[in-house]
Parts: sequence; structure tokens; C-alpha cells
Amino acid sequence: MTRRPTRPTRPTRPSRPNQPGRPTGALLDVRDLRVWYGTARGPVRAVDGVSLELRPGEVLGLVGESGCGKSTLGRALLGLLPGGAAVDGEIRFKDRDLVAMPRKELHALRGPELGLIFQEPMTRLNPLMKISQHFAETLKTHHPALSKSEIRERTVEVLRHVGIPPSRVDNFPHEFSGGMRQRIMIALALVLRPAFVVADEPTTALDVLVEAQILRLLANLRSEFDTSMLLITHNLGIVAETCDRVAVMYAGKIVELGDARDVFAEPKHPYTRELLRSTISLSTTGLHYIPGAPPDLADPPAACRFHPRCPEAMRVCADVNPIEMRLGGDRRVLCWLHGPHDRVPAGGTERLEREAISVADEA
Amino acid sequence: MARQSGSLRTYVLTRLVLVIPMVWILLTMVFVLMRVAPGDPVTASLGGRLSPADLAARREALGLDRPLLVQYVDYLRDVLTFNFGRTITDNRPIREIIVDNGGATLELSIAALIVAVGIGLPFGLIAGRYRDRVVDVVLRLFGIITYAAPVFFVGLLLQLVVSQRLGLLPSSGQASAIVQATVPTKTHILALDALISGDSYALWDVIKHLILPAVTLGLLVCGVFIRLVRVNVAQTLQGDYIEAARARGIGERKVVVQHAFRNALVPVITVMGLQAALLLGGAVLTENTFNWPGLGSQLIAYLNGRDYAAVQGIITVFALAVVVISLLIDFVNALVDPRVRY
Ligand SMILES: Nc1ncnc2c1ncn2[C@@H]1O[C@H](COP(=O)(O)OP(=O)(O)OP(=O)(O)O)[C@@H](O)[C@H]1O
Ligand code: SF4
Ligand SMILES: [Mg+2]
Repeated sequence: MTRRPTRPTRPTRPSRPNQPGRPTGALLDVRDLRVWYGTARGPVRAVDGVSLELRPGEVLGLVGESGCGKSTLGRALLGLLPGGAAVDGEIRFKDRDLVAMPRKELHALRGPELGLIFQEPMTRLNPLMKISQHFAETLKTHHPALSKSEIRERTVEVLRHVGIPPSRVDNFPHEFSGGMRQRIMIALALVLRPAFVVADEPTTALDVLVEAQILRLLANLRSEFDTSMLLITHNLGIVAETCDRVAVMYAGKIVELGDARDVFAEPKHPYTRELLRSTISLSTTGLHYIPGAPPDLADPPAACRFHPRCPEAMRVCADVNPIEMRLGGDRRVLCWLHGPHDRVPAGGTERLEREAISVADEA
Repeated sequence: MARQSGSLRTYVLTRLVLVIPMVWILLTMVFVLMRVAPGDPVTASLGGRLSPADLAARREALGLDRPLLVQYVDYLRDVLTFNFGRTITDNRPIREIIVDNGGATLELSIAALIVAVGIGLPFGLIAGRYRDRVVDVVLRLFGIITYAAPVFFVGLLLQLVVSQRLGLLPSSGQASAIVQATVPTKTHILALDALISGDSYALWDVIKHLILPAVTLGLLVCGVFIRLVRVNVAQTLQGDYIEAARARGIGERKVVVQHAFRNALVPVITVMGLQAALLLGGAVLTENTFNWPGLGSQLIAYLNGRDYAAVQGIITVFALAVVVISLLIDFVNALVDPRVRY
């Protein structure tokens, strides 16, 4: 998987600054989404101008180091942010803006249209309720007309899809293992066949074998339920296996986005490259890691937020915000290496002094 | 379903069997504690009032001259047959004290618990649901004040205002003398006996006498419930499965009632049982204030008289009551929380 990072040649094909387009048939179209957390140290800009779109049935991977705002983005898409978070921007879902929508209406969409699969399955089920009661409650809330036997039927059916036998529907949560509980959570998120699901590190709490099972399950379900998914993960191997496209996030921004295979085969952004290098693989000797730590989002570095850690940082990177470039295909990159070159001030392409990196190291 | 009730039955049976060693240990502890006190109990309580020969005769009657092991076996046998002998000081049958005064204590404890839960649960639920809002602050304050206020103060205040000033309720005793005399004794719990007798005047009289002491004692205890329920509700509302329920679009009302309240009340059951146990023995102040013929004030009286036989009998009953209550707690917990059964 790891490729030797080659210093990319500047794109020869003409690239131009691009407005995020509105592709026809997009299920979800996020534009310039911003999320702040109000804290004692000032606003934490956890999501800082994110634009992306999802097509029906597509799985988009979202990767990045811890604390870069992945969960915040995923929750913001469902309107499930904690109190004290402020949202700005536009989330078009089936031609309605989820940001501007009244809370009640948005709440009614959760379940039948929007779903969330959590990281820790162990604590997400009510310990006093049978599995069947969880499903009945969810179905009943959104389809009050359903009869008892219809509810039962749909529960058994969706559980069968995730490999839970009908004999166990009346068991309590504590009678299941972590992997089984995550299957149940997935079934619970999918029972109403939502159009869009966020899976926030759904396998992080599980062991490796179970992880593989759950991922295979998610990949299969996607085709059966025709659900679009935002799959948040630390594990790049997961993305390569299950995602159509991948978005790489750093310090609240999407720095690279494109076809998963293309991005992994030929990462354009230095951060993506470093991230790929730092994953363990059989061919690597020793573990590579990205020097320094992700920035404090209450006080992020100016201009390109990766510049204190970027092995290829140039002068312009510390002075001017990079501009998103649309490369060939579906690829988007937020890095001065890819232009627009006419916007780089004179001398801007000179290498950034080493000093800046050591400062970040100390931090 | 079958599997579930099956395991519930197993659980209940296991707990019942476990009661045997528990009771045995408790009784042994009571026995040992009663013997480690220095001196001879008969001389301690009656010395100076009886001749040495009479004292020896009393000692023999109580079996105190026999070896400890024999006394121990006798004690266990007496308890099992519910035969506690007579008091040393006033030669009353101890069983009578336990049954009559115990009935009064039980009546007061249950009524106080009803008051405490009736106030504590709703107040705690509201305070927890609206944490840090005005209503929460007010309810918490209420809980702290009632908890901190001395019993005799609250009791006297109620007597002064409700009985003296307004003349609404009687200020002491378990019932008026005529009712005490006429209601046939069946359960030794006066309120229950009055109910069984079908005499509505007697029942109303008993209830009127019960209200003030029950409120006094209930107020004292409800603060504990308010705090506990509030903390549990507030914590449960932050819980992972609550968030997950909201993420499935479950309505807020349902989330609060079905998920948060129910789950928050599970640990309250245990505390409720512990409070009940405390009420049985710890209501002495209330009993004194309202001249209530409870077991607690009897125990104090016989302790002052160094009446070892009476004290041993009453303490034994308290110990058994604690066992029964803890057993009940476990059963209710198992019914409510499926995790307990496995
Ligand atoms: N409730 C909150 N209040 C204040 N700051 C928060 C809150 N939740 C998250 N943050 C901050 O927002 C930033 C992004 O957090 P987020 O949880 O979205 O990151 P993440 O990419 O999901 O990380 P991880 O991989 O560890 O799950 C972090 O700097 C975090 O400290
Ligand atoms: S803009 Fe500059 S610092 Fe930022 S990633 Fe690109 S090369 Fe590195
Ligand atoms: Mg996260």
C-alpha cells in the first residue's frame, strides 16, 4: 500500500480555481460548512469551510488524524452536535437545507432519512430494553400505523441481514458481544432504510476479526439498502476496501478528495502522502510518523494549516491561504503545490525556513 | 421468554438459599455482641433491688449460668421458634413488645416511606430533567432544608401549626383511646386492623394520627431521594443510549420518560430499601415527638434500663428485618433490571 512519496510534478494540464460544483443527482451537497465549539479559550473551529457532495448509494471515506474534526463534521451533517456548537453554511439533502430547517423537522428525518452508527456499540443500547423493543420503538415512532406483526416482521428481516438470528430478538443487550451489538446498531440505523448514514469509526472498539466482518457487512448492506454512507475512520485499509471516494481532513478542512483508489495510488496532498506513509504495512521497516502534532483548533497556524509540519512547505504556504484546485477526474486538492501558480507571490515558491517546523515540534 | 423467567426463578431461589447463612451470621453477631459487654446483665439491671438468691434464680431462669455454647444454641432455637422470653426489668413477654410496638413502627415507616418517595421521586425527576434551571435550584434547596432540619423542630412546628393553631390533626399518639380499645387486633398494624374492621371512623382516626409523624419523617428522608434521583436522571440523560435514541428520531418525551427516568430509578430501589431499614430503627426522635409507641423508643428505654433480654430480642428483630428488606430489594432489582439475573 505504501508508495514511496515522489515529489509531484506541477500539473501540466491547465487547472483553475474552482467553485464547488453542484453535480446533478447529488443526494447530499455540503457547502462551506463551518462548526465552532465555544470554549473558555475561545472558539474552536472544528469544521472550517467544508464542501463535499455524496451521490445516492455512494460510500465516502473520511480520514485524518485524531482531533481534526471528523466526528464534528459527521454529527453536523445530522444536526446532532452538542450544545455550545454553532453551525454555519449549507447542507442540501434532497433539496432541503438541513442547517436552516427547524429542529422538529430535522428530528423527524432522523431514522427514515438520516442515520448514525456510533463508535462504541457496548453502551448505545438501553440495557433495560429488549432488542425487539428498540426496533419497535424506532419503527413505531416513524410509522405509527404499523401493526405488531409487521413490526416483528421488519425487525426479524433487518436483523437477518446483519446475521442476528430471529431467536435472539427478545434478548437483552447484555446478552450480546461487542461485534453483535454493533450489528444490531447497524440494523437499527438501517431498519427505516435511510438515504444517508454516518458511520463514525464503527469498528474502532472491536477486535480485528470482528472489524473485518462488520466492514464486509457494511459494504454488502450499502448495495442492498441503497444507502449513502460517510465512513469515518483512522484505518486507511478500511477506506481502500470499502469506499468509493475518500476525503482527507486536516485541522477542520478537507485537504484532498477523490476516487479512493486514485488517491491512494497517487496522493496529491503532502498530508495525504504522510498519512499513507505512516500506516503500517508489511513492506515498511520501522514506523513512519508525521513529525509534530495536529494543531490546536482554537489557535490554528495561519495560511496552510499543515505548513509547520509539511516536508514541502514553501514561503507562500505560511502567508496565503491555499486555494482549492480541481485536478483531473474528481480530484480536489487544497495545496499550493498544485496552484494556482499565478496567485503565488514573487519568491513564494522558495522553501520555508526549517525554523518553523521546530517551533511546531516544541508545541 | 421462557428462558428469562426460568433464570429469574433460579435467581430468586439462589437468593433465598443464601439467606440462611446470612441470618445465621447476623444472629451470631448479635449473640456475641450481647455477651462481650462486661458484667452480669441481671445484676446490671436489677442489682440492689433483689436479694442475691433472687438474682441467682433470675440468672438461672434466663439460662445465664449455663455454658456459652449451650446459651448460643438456645438463642438460635428461641429465635427460630419466635420465642424471646420475658424482659428482665418489667417481666413483659418480649414477643409482645416486638409484635405490638413493631406493628406501630412498621405502620409509621411505611407511611413515611410513601411520603418520602411521593415527594422525592417527582421532585428528583423534575430537578434532574431541568438541571441547573430555576426549578432545579428550588427543589434542591427544598431537599437540603428538609434533610438538615432537626426532626423535633419540624415535628414541633407541625404540631404547633396544624394541631394547635388550625386544630386539623391530632398531635400525638397512634389513635384515640376509644379506637385503640375497640378495633380488634389482627395484624398488630393498627391502620391495617382498622381497615379490616371496616370501621370507617376508626380508619379515619388512625390516618389522622398517622399524617403528622409520617410527614415529619418522610420530609427528613425525601431529601436523599431528591438528590439521588436528580443525579441519576441528569447522568442518564447524558448517556450514550439516550444520544443513540435521539439519533433514531425518538421523540424527546419518550426519550426522557422511557429511557432516562426508568433507567435512573434502578439504583434508587436499592437506596429506598436501605432507607426503609434505617426508618425502622432510626425513627426514635419522631416517635418521641409524637408519642408514637414504636420499637425504636422501646429499644432506647430498655437500653437505659440495661435490660439485656429485651435489647437482645429487639435487636434480633431489627437484624431480621434488614435481611428481609435486602432480599426484597434484590428481587425488585432482578425484576426491573435484566442484567441482575445473570
Ligand atoms: N463538545 C466539544 N466542546 C469543545 N470542543 C470540542 C467538543 N467536541 C470536540 N471538540 C474539539 O473539536 C475538535 C474536533 O473534534 P472531533 O471529535 O470532531 O475530532 P475527530 O477527528 O473526530 O477526532 P477522533 O479521531 O479522535 O475521533 C477537537 O479539537 C476537539 O477538541
Ligand atoms: S500548501 Fe504548502 S504547506 Fe500546505 S500542504 Fe501544500 S505544500 Fe505543504
Ligand atoms: Mg471522532
